[in-house]
Formats: sequence, structure tokens, C-alpha cells
Amino acid sequence: MTQILIVAEHDGTKLNPSTARCVTAARQVPDAKVTVAVLAAAPEAIAAEAASLAGVDAVLTVAHPANAQPLAAVLAPQIVALAADYSHVFGPSTSFGKDVMPRVAALLGVSQISDLMAVDGSHQFKRPIYAGNAIVTVVATAGQKVVATVRTASFDAAGPGGSAPVTAASPNVALPTHTRFVSKAEAKSDRPDLQTAAKVVSGGRALASAENFKLVFGLAEKMGAAVGASRAAVDAGYAPNELQVGQTGKIIAPQLYLAIGISGAIQHLTGIKDAKTIVAINKDAEAPIFEVADIGLVGDLFQVVPELEKLLG
Amino acid sequence: MRKIMVGVKRVVDYNVRVRVKPDNSGVVLDGVKMSVNPFDEIALEEALRIRERGEAGEIVAVCIGPDDAQQQLRTALAMGADRAILVKHDGLLEPITVARALKAVADRESPEIIILGKQAIDDDNSQATQMLAALLDRPQVTCASKVEIKGQTLVVTREVDAGLETLEVDLPAVISADLRLNEPRYVKLPDIMKAKKKPLDVIEFASLGLADPGQLKITHYEPPKARAKGIMVKDVAELLAALKTKGLVS
Ligand SMILES: Cc1cc2nc3c(=O)[nH]c(=O)nc-3n(C[C@H](O)[C@H](O)[C@H](O)COP(=O)(O)OP(=O)(O)OC[C@H]3O[C@@H](n4cnc5c(N)ncnc54)[C@H](O)[C@@H]3O)c2cc1C
Ligand SMILES: Nc1ncnc2c1ncn2[C@@H]1O[C@H](COP(=O)(O)O)[C@@H](O)[C@H]1O
Repeated sequence: MTQILIVAEHDGTKLNPSTARCVTAARQVPDAKVTVAVLAAAPEAIAAEAASLAGVDAVLTVAHPANAQPLAAVLAPQIVALAADYSHVFGPSTSFGKDVMPRVAALLGVSQISDLMAVDGSHQFKRPIYAGNAIVTVVATAGQKVVATVRTASFDAAGPGGSAPVTAASPNVALPTHTRFVSKAEAKSDRPDLQTAAKVVSGGRALASAENFKLVFGLAEKMGAAVGASRAAVDAGYAPNELQVGQTGKIIAPQLYLAIGISGAIQHLTGIKDAKTIVAINKDAEAPIFEVADIGLVGDLFQVVPELEKLLG
Repeated sequence: MRKIMVGVKRVVDYNVRVRVKPDNSGVVLDGVKMSVNPFDEIALEEALRIRERGEAGEIVAVCIGPDDAQQQLRTALAMGADRAILVKHDGLLEPITVARALKAVADRESPEIIILGKQAIDDDNSQATQMLAALLDRPQVTCASKVEIKGQTLVVTREVDAGLETLEVDLPAVISADLRLNEPRYVKLPDIMKAKKKPLDVIEFASLGLADPGQLKITHYEPPKARAKGIMVKDVAELLAALKTKGLVS
């Protein structure tokens, strides 16, 4: 049987939805037993959440004050110790998973399969390269551990309905002190989360100022949507970095993606390819975004967006 | 004086729209423009700024790749790196192999700071930094958007999904550059001439005595699924109607 260990992502109190998506990916591996590992200062509540996910067979907790913040150098040796009994180690392809999982892979002496997007078999997977312009089939050597990050946009979140047993583990490894957490600046907002929202309204360079970018926030609010941005908009300071969508930002798969004043560079498109419906508003009829848009409107955003907001009531 | 090592990967230029070969054996690379991985330009720029602040001495640019990658190392030298090392390796490179080769070079060079890119935009792996830090048993800070040297530590702000996070790490350390760390300088013609005289050592991958494990095989390349052709609407009213039909607004 295939034993898969999933490294849970959490914020110290709650499980991140990326973990439930990893569970779905892991369940697609034939004959897999799926265990979720929660490394935290106080993992109990998070572990209970993980245990209640359908498709989870077991939950392991590692409680340690050093796990209060997700420091890759601190977590990796613990995960490696836990991994001894597993054939596969999965984590989400989020900033958390991307940071810690390659460190785990290196300590295990293997390459990681990054952004796993489809499971063909226990050792065969698909992943995107070149900003999603090519999809490759990767075959891992049988008998070697498989370490992978799961492209969360490719898998639905596992639902509730599980009741897995929770077991405490205490891997006996030395933890480094060379890496210390200083601070975190998180934008607290009531807006839906970009990575999980059903609708996303996104703005580009055309917004031309942080002040104007409020148009995007306003429309998003009216539509109950999360806000995204192109790299150009983030670089120019119109929107904060965590809103960047694309190859090197967030990869998302909402029901609706509304791109406003975004040209549609390949690096941006790779982040939205899995959106169900893409709507583009751009004043240039030749903009590449229209090649992928399901619905396109050629127009000046400074007229179109206020009008749309008004008609939405 | 503190030495900085920078990773420089030769990749398909970011403006190229890469296509899969009709026989699914790879992507078309013939005649395609090759460049320094954009994140590596940012990494090198950061190294140059650290040196210009008087906080570092020598900057060494390292590439694992084919002979042609000397071009990208020359670009790095023109930007301002002092020396370059090419570890010659033809064919596909696995992330763990890259990390082991970079470690072998780091063991010889003993840099105090290693700056790589957040990801190589060809394979989009995002692994080398974390792996190299693990193999060296040193700190890592990925996706850096601000780097400060404070004595024997680095204080680094990194871009994470929720916003920004700041870590303090002891040197030596390995960090990776994100987009907003800086804006790389343009190379000027006189710099290109000067770069021709700077040292560029070529060493054979085999001479590092590393196994090339070949643990992952790529067996098939395919283009992404095309999206169905969309419609154009002429005004906001039509747009709203189309969204309503799809049940996307009420
Ligand atoms: C290494 C690397 C990584 C990158 N990663 C990302 C990434 O993750 N995400 C990302 O988005 N980009 C990324 N990029 C950048 C990408 O190549 C593009 O530069 C960027 O996406 C352009 O942003 P934009 O569409 O907002 O701006 P532009 O390309 O400048 O487009 C602006 C658009 O607005 C339209 N417009 C102007 N005025 C109006 C108006 N009044 N009304 C309506 N439309 C108007 C214009 O017609 C134009 O199409 C990356 C680039 C590199 C090199
Ligand atoms: N072949 C290589 N030669 C030199 N540096 C590399 C090579 N591959 C990766 N790197 C460095 O590691 C970073 C991350 O690459 P990757 O893990 O492949 O996405 C790159 O931005 C480079 O700085």
C-alpha cells in the first residue's frame, strides 16, 4: 500500500484550505493511506479539523514551541523524521509549501515534483513548465520517496465527513536556531480570500494609481469577489504583493475571473487558466487577454467599471 | 571581505511563447532567444548593491549548464560580477543535481551569502535555494523583497501568500530574490567590453564527483488544453446579460 504524508498548512489556529486540496490529490493515488501531519505550537484544534476531512485516514501532531511559526529550516528535519514510514510526502504549492517541501526533499536526497496537477499513478504525475505553456508527464523511480507540492488550483478541496484518529508524535531531532521569526505584516480584510474565492476581480497597470485601484475594490465588493492584480499593478504600488496573480504570484481557479485593464501576458495567464469563466475589459481590441476570455468587452475601464457597478445595483 | 555567490541560469527568454514539439518529445528550443533567468538578474543586482554599500567584496556568478551558458555568465560579468564559474552539464538537470553542484561550488568558494532566484522560469521548480540551504545545513529565506545585513545576521523581508514576513538569519545563509527586491541595472556597452577580460572558469560536472541520480524522468510533453473560443459583447448591458445567463451575477 502507498503511504502518503501530507504536511498541513495552518496559521497556528486554523487549517488552511490548501491542505484539503492536497488530500484530494493524495486520494487519487491508487491504494493510498492518507495521513496529515500538523506541526504547530498547539496542534490540537488544527488536527481535529484535519481529522474531520473526508479521505483522511490518520492525523499526526507534533507539538513544539519552535513550530509556532512556519520556519522551513525548523520544520524540515521534523518532517523528514516523520517521513520514514511513508512512500510519498505532499505539501501545498503555496508560499508555505514551496518554502518547506524542497528542503524536505533535499534532506531525503530526492528532487521534488513541483506543482503536481494530475495523478496518473503512484509514481506518475503531470506538472506545468514554461509558465504553463507545456505540461509534462513526470515518472519517479519506484522505491524512491516521492516529494511533491500540489498545485491547489487543480484539485477541489476534500469535504467534511472524516473521523480519523489523531496521534501525537515527537520526532527526536535537533532543531536549528539559526533562523528566527521577526514579524509578519498581514493585510487583515473582510474580503474573500484570493486563493479560494469563487469570484475574482483583478486590475492591471491601466488603473494608473492606487487611488484609481479603489475602483477594482469597489466592484469586487459589489460582486462579493476577491481582488487580484497583475504584476505591473503590484510593482507600481497600486495593490499589495499578496494580490499578484500569475506564474510567480498566485495560481487561482475561480468560477469567475474579471480582468480589468490587464493585457494578458503569458506570466499572468498562467495564473488564471483554470478559471471557469474569464471576462476581460480592455480598451485595446488586440490585447492578448481576449484570446483566452470567454466574454470580452472593448472599452475604457473608467467608463465601464462605474457603469457596471451602477447596473449591479 | 564577505563573498557573495549568485546563481545564474540560462533560460528561454521570458518574452518567448514556448511551444511543444509535434512529437511530444520536448519543447521547441531551436533558434529561440536565451537569457539570464530574470530572477537571477535581480539576485545579482542585490549582490551588486550590497557590494556598493561596502558590505561585501567579491561576487561570483555560478551556472550549471551547457557551454553556451558562457554567454549568460558574460552578461553577469558585464552587470558587475567579478568572476564566473560554469559547471558544464549538457541535458536535463534535476533540482537535486543543481543543488548538489551548487553546494560543491559553495564548498570551494565559501561564500557568506548565496543569492539565487525565486524560480527558474523554464522549469518553474522553485527548489534550488531551499535544497542548497538544506544541503549546506544553513538558513534559507525564499522570496526576498528586502535584505539588510546586520553584523553576522541578515534581516530579510519575504513575500508570502498572506503579505510580508520578516526573518532574521545567521550568516552564512542562502536567500532567493523575488520580483520586488530591486530593479536590475542595464548593461552598458563599455561594461560588455570589460566583461570579456574578467575570469570565467569552466569546470566539468563530472569533476565534481557527484552522482547524477536521474530519479525523475520526463516521458511526455503536451500543450495545455486550449480554452473554448469566447464571445465579444458590445456594452455593459450585454456583459451583464451574459454574466446572468451563466449565473455569475444575480
Ligand atoms: C520573471 C517574470 C515574472 C512575472 N510574473 C508575473 C506574474 O506572476 N503575474 C503578472 O501579472 N505578471 C507577471 N510578469 C509580468 C508580465 O510579463 C507583464 O508585464 C504584466 O502582467 C503586465 O501587467 P498589465 O497587464 O497590468 O500591464 P500592461 O501589459 O501594461 O497592460 C495594460 C493593459 O491595460 C489596457 N488599458 C490601458 N488603459 C486602459 C483603460 N483606460 N481602459 C481599459 N483598458 C486599458 C491596455 O490596453 C493594456 O492591455 C512577470 C514578468 C517576468 C519577467
Ligand atoms: N542550472 C543552474 N545554474 C545556476 N543556477 C541555477 C540553476 N538552476 C537553478 N539555479 C538557481 O536557482 C534558482 C531557482 O531555480 P529553480 O529551483 O530551478 O526554480 C534560479 O533562479 C537560479 O538562481
